[in-house]
Amino acid sequence: MTEFTPISALLGGALIGAGGVLLLLLNGRIAGISGIASQLLQKPNGDWGWRLAFVLGLIVAPWVLLPTAINIAPLAERSTTLIIIAGLLVGMGTNIGSGCTSGHGICGMARLSKRSIVATLVFMTTAIIVVAVSSNLKGWS
Amino acid sequence: MKQPTNVKTYLSALACGLLMGLGLVISGMVNPQKVIGFLDLFGHWDPSLAFVMAGALAVYAPVYWLVVKRREKSALQQTMQIPVRTDLDCKLLIGAILFGIGWGLAGICPGPALTLLTTGESQIVLFVVAMFAGFWLAPKWLSLLDKN
Repeated sequence: MTEFTPISALLGGALIGAGGVLLLLLNGRIAGISGIASQLLQKPNGDWGWRLAFVLGLIVAPWVLLPTAINIAPLAERSTTLIIIAGLLVGMGTNIGSGCTSGHGICGMARLSKRSIVATLVFMTTAIIVVAVSSNLKGWS
Repeated sequence: MKQPTNVKTYLSALACGLLMGLGLVISGMVNPQKVIGFLDLFGHWDPSLAFVMAGALAVYAPVYWLVVKRREKSALQQTMQIPVRTDLDCKLLIGAILFGIGWGLAGICPGPALTLLTTGESQIVLFVVAMFAGFWLAPKWLSLLDKN
């Protein structure tokens, strides 16, 4: 169980929204993180450079925060097999479904895209079911 | 139409990635336990992440509708590339279900996976490698399905 943190959630969310909409305003691109990252696997073209820059920004962000000593919680104890399966599902699912929490959940929802609203409802509902089932299984064991 | 790729578009992309990464850290999206707590609607529900989405939409939506939507070119003279599809197809739904299963199992989605790389945790590195394997496998799997 984790603590309810509405203020940092709102503030962090506003930064996520700001980064996303600035990418659209400045570069004319949707800030879908799965799409941007997955297209780095393609042969480099004119769009490869900004995608790499964006991903690097995401990766180095915690280093910028170090002076203010914000802790990044270590990953909860999970088996290696489960991590690999989850990673594969996240990669395949976001690729097949053309987006993740950022592309569909924020950029698409904000634009009132029907596809994104449906995708977000579907992945949220699915994830809620998975968590409900797995916490029940843990309860029995 | 070929566009001039300039340093400015790289720098702005870097800054946007950085802003989003900072937001992911501050908001708690990088904490898998917090994500699971949000998804645990029928258990010890932590509604924090609904506020993350609200905060993000509260910034993105007005700027999009009032400023960005009417533009023909971006501020750095790039073509606006905004999806126009409105159809709901099987790929969208199946993809969202697969992603939802993975997200529910680990509590990590693509953005936090990348931002967590700096922790050097082996589990995170493994997750990111598996995620990129998934990116790579998905089109191959789909084209196999198409052939049959």
